[in-house]
Amino acid sequence: MALINTLLEVDHLSISFGGLRAVDDLNLSIKKGELYGLIGPNGAGKTTAFNLLTGVYKPNEGIIRLDGRNITGLRTIDINKAGIARTFQNIRLFKDLTVLDNVKVGLHNLYHYSTLAAILRLPSYRKVERQMDERAYELLEVFGLKESALLKASQLPYGKQRKLEIARALATNPKLLLLDEPAAGMNPQETKELMETITFIRDKFHLTVLLIEHDMKLVAGICERLTVLNFGRVLAEGPTSEVLKNPEVITAYLGE
Amino acid sequence: MAFLSYLINGISLGAVYAIIALGYTMVYGIAKMLNFAHGDVIMVGCYTVFSVVSMMHLPVWLGILLSIVVCTVLGVTIEAVAYRPLRQASSSLTVLITAIGVSYLLQNLALLIFGANTKAFTSVVPIKAVKIGDKLTITGETIVTVLACIIIMIVLTLFVNRTKAGRAMLAVSEDKGAAQLMGINVNRTISLTFAIGSALAAVAGVLLCSAYPSLTPYTGSMPGIKAFVAAVFGGIGSIPGAFIGGIILGIIENLSKAYISSQLADAIVFMVLIIVLMVKPTGILGKKIQEKV
Repeated sequence: MALINTLLEVDHLSISFGGLRAVDDLNLSIKKGELYGLIGPNGAGKTTAFNLLTGVYKPNEGIIRLDGRNITGLRTIDINKAGIARTFQNIRLFKDLTVLDNVKVGLHNLYHYSTLAAILRLPSYRKVERQMDERAYELLEVFGLKESALLKASQLPYGKQRKLEIARALATNPKLLLLDEPAAGMNPQETKELMETITFIRDKFHLTVLLIEHDMKLVAGICERLTVLNFGRVLAEGPTSEVLKNPEVITAYLGE
Repeated sequence: MAFLSYLINGISLGAVYAIIALGYTMVYGIAKMLNFAHGDVIMVGCYTVFSVVSMMHLPVWLGILLSIVVCTVLGVTIEAVAYRPLRQASSSLTVLITAIGVSYLLQNLALLIFGANTKAFTSVVPIKAVKIGDKLTITGETIVTVLACIIIMIVLTLFVNRTKAGRAMLAVSEDKGAAQLMGINVNRTISLTFAIGSALAAVAGVLLCSAYPSLTPYTGSMPGIKAFVAAVFGGIGSIPGAFIGGIILGIIENLSKAYISSQLADAIVFMVLIIVLMVKPTGILGKKIQEKV
């Protein structure tokens, strides 16, 4: 039985595409507030696992529990409402929207006014929009994006686009944040800043973070525990320092 | 003076095209499909007003209101029943053919219910024509149509850019998957788009039939197609583009009728489409299409 301080509990999760078992019997147990890493060589099924967790794919077998609640097979929007938000390996911002509006899209389900009030621009509409702006600016400030709020997302430099994706995901007020290769394409300095930011937001927003990453410095630097996938299966799991010393893991990464 | 009067009539006709084109362009921009049944929704709106006002002798405002309600419900229903199941279809052609099917269905239903005879539509515009000088007359229909078009354009622009629902639309338009993962209900957003587009079709229908008061089951199809040309001309997917495209097309059509040949006017309008597609396929205000690598 899931312990009370477990946030994400994944049991025997599997999915096949044609004959390929992209994720095969994945088990995860992530504690509240934990910074957990999911690593593995390319094609190991990491992003597929994220797609299963967010409901983009429906698993063939297995159960996903978030905070004790079975969320297996729910629609993506309901999973988001249940408390999982994510970023993408290849950035998927709304490029033609402003930085501010990208975050406000994330706030969509947390603020309410009627469409009629919006058309007539009633005070209720103005008030709620102002609250949304305030909240969005708060989030942008955390990521140093406040000054860029009115730029189009596509005008941001690459590193800031990655940060904006995290800000947008945080706007949905998740319990669990999934980061898909947050450091991809960043230089060492940016990666270092990112590590600090991830730890900072984990504490500030009381988050649990599950991240996919290839940058071993980042993984070793901030992840408390790891699961290593290889060919869709769990190769190793446990505290980061132990897993990274595991000869099988080293072999899978470096090849023979 | 004659030129000015043709020009004004052109703007008036263009304003109707613009309102219809706004519906086309919103649906295309957000759901990424061409709803060729859009013109026939206009026709349904006209028959609704006709039934309520001319047959049941109820007040005009009630007719307009009911027409908007009927068209909105119809638009949302068409989307839910005919287009939504095809959202994952591999080819966009599937949805396009379905839309043409829906268009014929609506036309033939109207034929079945109201017959093929042309119905005389009474103008619902209570404003009298304004005379400027001796020769120039601006009809009440023209004034109302142009005003309605401008108001709709402004409200729509504000709605799309400044509200939650509007932002959801823009998000869905760019990336359905990412929008969904941020908690946006894609189906509901697309429904709302169809609702708005169809409500606009009702307004356009009432204005169109007030200016050109004859109603048949095919009334909507030609203005629908011309509004599509207007939307492409202005840059499909763009709200100001639909407005500009509609007005320019209306002017071209009316001036062609006046100075070239009234029989050739339609041909000239469609020639505009061909030229636009050859010279600037994205239209006046259209976005550049980026190839995904």
